[in-house]
Amino acid sequence: MPGAPPPAPLIQDLWRGISRENPVVIQMLGMCPTMAVTNLVANGIAMGLATTFVLVGSGIFVSLFRRHIANEVRITSYILIIATFVTLADMILAATFPVISKALGPFMPLIVANCLLLGRAEAFAAKVKVTRALVDGLGMGLGFTLSLTVLSTLRELLGRGTLLGQPVLGAGYEPWVFMVLPPGGFFALGLLLLAVTWVRGRRARRSPAR
Amino acid sequence: MTGHHHHGAPALPAEPARQVPAWRLLLTLAVAGGASGALVVTVYRLTLPAVQRFAGQQVESAVREVLKSPARWDTLYLIGGKLVAIAPDASDKRELPQAYVGRNAAGAPIGAAITAKEPGFQEELSLMIGFDPASGTLTGIKVLEEKETPGLGDKIETDSGFGAQFRERVAPLHGIKGRSPAASDEVQTITGATISSRAVIRIINNALARWRPLLLAYDKQAARPPSWCPARRPRRR
Repeated sequence: MPGAPPPAPLIQDLWRGISRENPVVIQMLGMCPTMAVTNLVANGIAMGLATTFVLVGSGIFVSLFRRHIANEVRITSYILIIATFVTLADMILAATFPVISKALGPFMPLIVANCLLLGRAEAFAAKVKVTRALVDGLGMGLGFTLSLTVLSTLRELLGRGTLLGQPVLGAGYEPWVFMVLPPGGFFALGLLLLAVTWVRGRRARRSPAR
Repeated sequence: MTGHHHHGAPALPAEPARQVPAWRLLLTLAVAGGASGALVVTVYRLTLPAVQRFAGQQVESAVREVLKSPARWDTLYLIGGKLVAIAPDASDKRELPQAYVGRNAAGAPIGAAITAKEPGFQEELSLMIGFDPASGTLTGIKVLEEKETPGLGDKIETDSGFGAQFRERVAPLHGIKGRSPAASDEVQTITGATISSRAVIRIINNALARWRPLLLAYDKQAARPPSWCPARRPRRR
């Protein structure tokens, strides 16, 4: 298959999405939900896990049917598979965690427009066996969840003085409301990217051979 | 197409010879669409009871709150500009505008609750409003849904002092700033959330203007003894 990912142990397929090819801090994909729902930790985690569910589900099905889906209709088919899983995730969340579902609002159905999903389907799942597609989806999803959790922790802690709704910084702390507003999202993402770039830069300087 | 190979550079890889017939493309999409539809409909039907239960609970706790714990309440449906106690078809009941008439243990009406939704500062703001239809006096309000600015506009929901003001106020309400309310139709707006506060007041005023005549008309046509009108209540001597 042209452009098929080189063979790799499963653990690498898993780890890639969490670290070296992290969707948010490295690939810079899915910025819309990243900005929109990271004002609270609960929302960030829920969005991350919902996206993981869709990544894994759509990855499995794209991989399962990769020999049956003709090239001409592949994008349509992938989007259909992704949209199905997004709709399922949306309905299941509404039935199990209605409060979080309400908080995520329109961003839940909008997962379908997250280019991370079509990206993984086209670049990875369509070219590998089911187990690799599953593990890759899991890794990318966990990487996405991790980034969203870090961002929302920073924003909720500074913006409200709470974590998962529990007061942490005490009554004396005057919350930076700015952090839970949209500009605070950009500010927090900037800080996170700065930290990641700095760490990667240090690492690259230490082992220039790689 | 194959004739090109004799004249062109033979080293170039040939075009993919396999041309997928149109019916196969159609079949792929039809099967995928059908499977997807079946799955979505199945899960929708499985999750619907839980979703409706949650919506019912939300309404229930809000009615209890704004009517100050009524012993029970009747649900009225608005059909063709009139309130009726029994909706004709049970299946579309949820879609109809509803009013909840709270009653005390003796069965006497203690107020009505309705939901109202209008634009706030950012998005639609939805309220549960409890009031006495005869006098227009509010018994309480609750914000059901808001997406106002966190830390500013959302104080209409998080600042309990703001919501508590609406008890025993008489509509139409007026928002005031910087001083304590003096008259019975005055409500103090929140500093930094003036627009959201005014939206709450506007929604209440519009909702009462719409629902009071409906509830009074319902009461007049209903044959049952309990009445909104204190004058028509049986007097005990």
